[in-house]
Amino acid sequence: MNKILKGKAYVLGDNIDTDQIIPAEYLVYSLSDEEESRKYGQFALSGAPPKGAGLPDGNIPFSSGDNNKSEYSIIIGGSNFGCGSSREHAPFALQKAGVKIIVAESYARIFYRNSVDGGFVVPYEAVEKLSDKIRTGDELEIDFETNTLINISDGKEYKLNPLGDVLPIIDAGGLFAYARKSGMIE
Amino acid sequence: MGKTITEKILAKSAKKETVVSGENIWLNVDLLMTHDVCGPPTIQIWMDEFGKKAKIWDKNKVVIFPDHYIFTKDEHAKRNVDILREFAREQNLPHYYDVGTEKYKGVCHVALAEAGFNIPGTVLFGTDSHTCTSGAFGLFSTGVGNTDAAFILGTGKIWEKVPESMKFIFEGELPVYLTAKDLILQILGDLTTDGASYCALEFTGEAIASLEMYERMTLTNMAIEVGAMNGIIAADEKTKTFLENISDVEYEEFRSDDDAKYWTQYIFKVKELEPLVAKPHSPDNTDTVRNVQGAKITKCYIGSCTGGKISDFILAAQIMFDEKVKIPTFIIPATPKIASQMETEKYKGKKLMDIFTEANCTIAPPSCAACLGGPIDTTGRAVDNDVVISTTNRNFPGRMGSKKSGVYLASPLTVAASAVKGMITDPREFLI
Repeated sequence: MNKILKGKAYVLGDNIDTDQIIPAEYLVYSLSDEEESRKYGQFALSGAPPKGAGLPDGNIPFSSGDNNKSEYSIIIGGSNFGCGSSREHAPFALQKAGVKIIVAESYARIFYRNSVDGGFVVPYEAVEKLSDKIRTGDELEIDFETNTLINISDGKEYKLNPLGDVLPIIDAGGLFAYARKSGMIE
Repeated sequence: MGKTITEKILAKSAKKETVVSGENIWLNVDLLMTHDVCGPPTIQIWMDEFGKKAKIWDKNKVVIFPDHYIFTKDEHAKRNVDILREFAREQNLPHYYDVGTEKYKGVCHVALAEAGFNIPGTVLFGTDSHTCTSGAFGLFSTGVGNTDAAFILGTGKIWEKVPESMKFIFEGELPVYLTAKDLILQILGDLTTDGASYCALEFTGEAIASLEMYERMTLTNMAIEVGAMNGIIAADEKTKTFLENISDVEYEEFRSDDDAKYWTQYIFKVKELEPLVAKPHSPDNTDTVRNVQGAKITKCYIGSCTGGKISDFILAAQIMFDEKVKIPTFIIPATPKIASQMETEKYKGKKLMDIFTEANCTIAPPSCAACLGGPIDTTGRAVDNDVVISTTNRNFPGRMGSKKSGVYLASPLTVAASAVKGMITDPREFLI
């Protein structure tokens, strides 16, 4: 894992559920077929109600359209991010769209596990609520060694909770890589 | 210090003397369940990691139910069922329940109960957030994603953090107008959708003891809606009777010690509770039915793992008997077994199926159907600005289809009363 990651913020509110992250009608598509799986990037966050999409103003599309990628690589969320279904398609869709890190106040259990064990995105917990302090489009810098987030756009700095018990899994790149590294599986 | 039922089951599974909340442990899994939405990607990850020729950890401990996108023309959805079928054939799986055959069992969480897979004291993981439903049988059950499931498929093991336990005691006798759905909506309103994150919910008390197994499953089903890891009700005589009829498996019963440590404890006197709804767009946006009485709705829906069990249809039939619905109303039994029970089960001498048919309900074949929207041709799917009142478990934006639609969650009694009146209606109008 690189020590520092820079990217543009996309800000969402509380209780962003998995239907908003990837609506159920798209779950029929393959996650392994390269061509088909691009649709997950295309439809990532397409279920978010427009007024809450890209805070504080809203009505900012997450995915830019044709290339199935988003210009935003850091998601700022509120509490209970990823609640709802167990679909691993949710963190997968965000990764496909180009997201590297989520910084939320708190996570729903299954989404958090999926993000870590699947090695899709790094789910950081913010010490304080950031979804009302950072604006969509702000340039952010995240330091994994000091667990800090710097908003380059206004110079403010925020602490993040250390990744704790799951750090070895994140460092390894997911559950299978971790299990191989630690000798659990061949 | 005593231990909770969840801690005792997890300790046994981890082959440890004792476990403490907050501790990460490796569990030996007794059963893995998957379905047509998360099964194919799980199988793909398993193949990528262990090789195409590998054998899974234990073919007797894997159960696969195609149930989500079943009665659709969608080619991708059909392809996903083909993947399950092929995998079941290659691995020679005894517990694969194919669509279009006599083995088809419908919605996974209810099918697990019917087929005798919910064994008290065991540990069950599933690739579905509502896997917590099985906890009604005194076992630890929870949902995971595809990677975790693929790991279990190969090794039979998975890591889990031991949850703190929260105890919910429902005192007194349940009045006829209240159901398990009203009890769990009460908890949702009080705790909100993340009030029990990473926790175990334990339900107990006189009102719980009086509930039949299928009603208990409504409570544990929605434990995930409060953010919980699992919901659990210790096995008792009712559990034993239910299992005696379908399984000869011996099991170990666990119960919480009197001095077990709980994070919090809630006591409800059920006589003081009222029929509730969760208004759009969150399961914790609760209100009394009384307060939203007369609210406009365009569709009624009785179905899913939460509200499509035989117990739910028996409740709804009490109100729909000799009545006609005023707005489109969908009856979707969770399983084929329930559909056939509706042909034999009677209320006031009339078969449930006849009661719903004569009331002009649309009855569709068993599957998850429109509970989660699904492909465009799904029966009962919310379209345009639909406002649905439903016995299902989630009402996040767009959950039942159209992004412009809204969903009220309610008990089968409240949904049936609302169908007959054509607007949101308190079931006490029919029952008292």
